[in-house]
Amino acid sequence: MMKPIKAILLTLLVLVVYVLHQDFWNWKKAEPLVFGFLPIGLAYHAAYSVLASITMAVLVKFAWPHHLENVKPEPGSSAGQEESDH
Amino acid sequence: MIPVIVILLYLAVITLVGVVAFRRGKNNTEDFFLASRSVGEMVFFLSIFATNMTAFAILGSSGQAYRQGIGIYGLMASSSGLVIPLTIFLIGTRLWALGKRFGHQTQVAFFRDRWECDTIGTVIFVLSAVMLIPYMIISIMGGGTVLAHLSDSGGTNTPLIPYWLGCAVVAVVVTLGVFLGGMRGTVWVNILQTTLFLCFGAVAVLTISHALPGGFGEYVTRLAGDPKTSFLVTREKMPPQTFWSYTLIPLSSIMFPHMAIMCFSARKVTAFRRTVVLYPIAILLIWLPCVFLGVLGAATLGKVGDPDGILLLMLEKYAPVWLAGILGAGIISAVMGSDAHQVLALSTMFTKDIYQHYGGREKYGEKAAVYFARGFIIVVTVAAYVIALELKEKQGIFEIAVRYAFSGFAAMAPVMIAALFWKRSTKWGALAATVFTAACLLYFAVLQRTHRPGDVIWQIGQGTEAIKVLFLNPRGDVSFWNGFMTVVPMVFGSAFCMIAASLVTRPPSQASLDKYFPPRKQPSMPVPEPVHNA
Repeated sequence: MMKPIKAILLTLLVLVVYVLHQDFWNWKKAEPLVFGFLPIGLAYHAAYSVLASITMAVLVKFAWPHHLENVKPEPGSSAGQEESDH
Repeated sequence: MIPVIVILLYLAVITLVGVVAFRRGKNNTEDFFLASRSVGEMVFFLSIFATNMTAFAILGSSGQAYRQGIGIYGLMASSSGLVIPLTIFLIGTRLWALGKRFGHQTQVAFFRDRWECDTIGTVIFVLSAVMLIPYMIISIMGGGTVLAHLSDSGGTNTPLIPYWLGCAVVAVVVTLGVFLGGMRGTVWVNILQTTLFLCFGAVAVLTISHALPGGFGEYVTRLAGDPKTSFLVTREKMPPQTFWSYTLIPLSSIMFPHMAIMCFSARKVTAFRRTVVLYPIAILLIWLPCVFLGVLGAATLGKVGDPDGILLLMLEKYAPVWLAGILGAGIISAVMGSDAHQVLALSTMFTKDIYQHYGGREKYGEKAAVYFARGFIIVVTVAAYVIALELKEKQGIFEIAVRYAFSGFAAMAPVMIAALFWKRSTKWGALAATVFTAACLLYFAVLQRTHRPGDVIWQIGQGTEAIKVLFLNPRGDVSFWNGFMTVVPMVFGSAFCMIAASLVTRPPSQASLDKYFPPRKQPSMPVPEPVHNA
């Protein structure tokens, strides 16, 4: 079971990343051109994709549902029957 | 001619993979539909990504970028890069565990068992099938269009592979792969497909950048400097309400039957780890080059007849012929990867949720169920092919249906979240949310057919102070509250129905609640030592 403070911090992280998607400050700007050709609005969202990947890596590291790793088929279920058939 | 040969070679390889998978398969439904829940980590990532990527990711994204500019990436790609992995992480892993524990192979089977109700499963089955079928038809239409386009190198309007033949080729190859190989064949093919279309963007950008005199920067500066095209490199014409509304659309992903079924197929839950981290990067690799090249098309090619073909036109102009063939195979991969999963998902749902659920398995046995599934695959593909030919000119109707299907599946997300995480949720809540979603879809589809772009259906107040509550925007899409997309009221309305109806109805039995929410084990109390009296 995750500690409450950890759960709050991770929820906050996801919320902040979600809010950062609405980059109103880049709305009407084309410049600067990142790498000399990428308009800033496009470069920002490309970087945002990388940030999303990092966020997911943080969630995997600190909020991974370890309790699901040992799930076994229930004896009475169809999954259990398939398991015993093999 | 050369691109056609390359594509035909690619299609032959895909069919061969299906045949090999057929030889490795077992004759039971768990193996046919879920590859015996044995899909490993990397294959799982490549396959789940292929499931979600359609031709739209390549052709549609560049076409939309040509029309609306760079905002398309933030609108459709970067929000998906956060929301889809999040839903896979929170919902997909739980679905996998429930499938492993109780043998569920579809969402419907889970809903029926969770809320002890057959009807709710059947209602959700019908709604899901209705929303999925147009998606499948449009995939076949897309395949036919792409093959016709690629084989018409001279622009003569007499392609080597006409539309009807292109649709047939895509339908036959997908059917053969799924019919023979089931889930195993489909995921094996996905390895090749995803690798191909992940490389597509980088190769296309490199090739075109070499061919353009002066480099990309010069063209982008030219677009920004011209008042007629400057909106393409900013978002000045994109309403912020639309931009935010789109962040709700990716909630649909996990509710698509083919995505949920993919989640059941993983060998271990650890397969999800790599997938959720790599997913946003994979989206970046495909969408960024396509959106950028779409915008660049406006500067290099000027006005074109069919903006969705902008990438193909650029490849035709700037890439060598053989490379255009390989890139064409990448586009066809995106079409067929998702189409195969849609066909398989429909077959899985129909066999498991209807045929077996209503006694087919007891009556005819397990092997017959696999034959039934294969028969269903042929029937559904032939029907989709015939519709794709008959309604070629009415492709727009299917595009509208697919657009609404995304909102519809997104509005069903609260049902799944409640089933997994809210003990107090009831079948009546789920039914209310499902009926609300279906009613909204029907109502908005009628509005779209009976009104014109710009029509106001309902507004509060008059003049400049008026709030347009329900109207059709200039593009003809039904919009809500001065510019939000219909997905907003649908998702929140569905969540409200789920909560309100659950709170006023009786929860499932304690046995079901204990099954899905097992009581946490208390730490064992120290047992006092028995006192021995001497």
